Amino acid sequence: MTGTGPALVLDGVVKRYGDRTVLGGISLTVGPGELVALLGPNGAGKTTAVEILEGYRRADGGTVRVLGIDPATGGPALKARVGLMLQGGGLDPRSTPRDALRLYARFHDGGRDPEALLETVGLAGVAGTRARRLSGGERQRLALALSLVGEPEVLILDEPTAGMDPEARRATRQLIAGLRDEGRAVLLTTHDLSDLEQLADRVAILHGGRIVADGAPAELAGGGTPRLQVRLARPPSGEELADLGAVLQAIRAGATVVVDADRAGQVRIEGVPPDPRLVAAVATWCADANLGIVELRATTASLEERYFELTGDPDASSGQPIGTAA
Amino acid sequence: MNRTFTDTAVITWRNLKRIPRIPELAIFAILQSIMFVVLFAFVFGGAIPLPNGGNYREYLMPGIFAQTIVFAAATTAVGMRDDLNKGLLDRFRSLPMARPAVLIGRIAADVTYNAGILVVLMASGYVVGWRVNTGLPELLAGVGLLLLFALAMTAIGVWLGLVVPSVEVAQQVSFTVLFPITFLSNVFVPPQSLPSWLQPVAEWNPVSTLTAATRDLWGNPNPYVGSGLPGQQPALVTVLWVIVILAVFLPMGVRRYRNMSR
Repeated sequence: MTGTGPALVLDGVVKRYGDRTVLGGISLTVGPGELVALLGPNGAGKTTAVEILEGYRRADGGTVRVLGIDPATGGPALKARVGLMLQGGGLDPRSTPRDALRLYARFHDGGRDPEALLETVGLAGVAGTRARRLSGGERQRLALALSLVGEPEVLILDEPTAGMDPEARRATRQLIAGLRDEGRAVLLTTHDLSDLEQLADRVAILHGGRIVADGAPAELAGGGTPRLQVRLARPPSGEELADLGAVLQAIRAGATVVVDADRAGQVRIEGVPPDPRLVAAVATWCADANLGIVELRATTASLEERYFELTGDPDASSGQPIGTAA
Repeated sequence: MNRTFTDTAVITWRNLKRIPRIPELAIFAILQSIMFVVLFAFVFGGAIPLPNGGNYREYLMPGIFAQTIVFAAATTAVGMRDDLNKGLLDRFRSLPMARPAVLIGRIAADVTYNAGILVVLMASGYVVGWRVNTGLPELLAGVGLLLLFALAMTAIGVWLGLVVPSVEVAQQVSFTVLFPITFLSNVFVPPQSLPSWLQPVAEWNPVSTLTAATRDLWGNPNPYVGSGLPGQQPALVTVLWVIVILAVFLPMGVRRYRNMSR
């Protein structure tokens, strides 16, 4: 929308609380018309990073710029160009969506029409209802609408789809994608990985106060390289694994066998494409070893797998313990 | 400057509009004031004889008004802390708004609110026999002095609301500090009846000077006049108190608001 430089810049940003380092020098940029998702487990420092960009906290080191200005000292002129959605919303429980939007519009010159915004976020039907009587998803949509009042060039959204039902979530995603398409820079945090694959141009994964990955969702998920995934009737022994590795190496140089820590009996064959010859070799080896095949498929790593790999979190979806991880 | 004014007006209006959203708050504040008037008029009225046969209810009412105004600090502190807890202040700080608007808007709304409470109090005072024995200018001057003091008390409340950790503590601190201040004064009893080391405290207490000033202005009995400056010039000392309180607590509140982190 304006300028050519990035809208949001974190460069080597350090933040400590006492002697605990929450951000150990993180760097991240978001350009105009770009939608970047900041992802990470609870306590990774996401909210701290976002609050530094919002100007609520000062970094202990590094450079922070929002539209070229330090947000910690930026005045009303900067704030008018940035839309925020805080965790917990910051909504007045005694106020109605219409009143809240009108109040915010008073502080912006030429802000969006409150009635039109109510329509946009689907709150026209509850425009006169006190915020404390709204559902969690409605409150989220109101908080999102409030961030849009001033037609901001930059949007910083802390978990915008949390607490929404699937329908509202879908509508909100479309709305956010539309804002990005209009040329606004959007940084959002989320726990919902499906948000990312469908929405984000780039995903930055924050873990232990560091950015451990930064790239397009498909890139992070494994660059789109497929691999063979085999689930066996029982976990193979170390000896059997070594044997399988040697057999596959013989027909395809570069093939490596990786044990999936999350699922007992599951191995991945990486480094080579899963062509029929490889599948045949695996099947033959299983027959010789008298090992049943439960499932055999060619897949790419999902973003979720990659995320848990990077953050070391247990695989929440499988519900199985990760006793073999060590 | 223009922006500060319009933004402050918007915030003031927002705060005032919230009052009828929880009518119970205002209703009980008014009931409490009426209760104080009736209670003290009928319970203490017969027990405390004034020299020269003055009317105790006329003596008492200005004190009740002053006491109510002093407790404005508690209302403000609780309201401020509540806004802070709900994340409203954080959200406001992210808006393109003149920085002092939130604090000044809170003070302006709370002084207006207290003006409303004062009207109800004066009406109930009238019912139990309190009268202004001078004229309209004196009546307005007295009300002006009370509201000026309300300004000082809300400034204290703003700062207090920003430093205490919770609404409950705001309430507790207000009452712990404000009750002795109102009782260590000439509101209910003659200061001369206090132990000698407490007498100067009661004499210089702004609640005493405020009460004495309005008694004088309205021609209500003010029989225990001290010989010092607070006794002789209660209105002047009250205004000085307001200036000192504003000079101390407003900057402290503003600084606290500016340096607040989430």
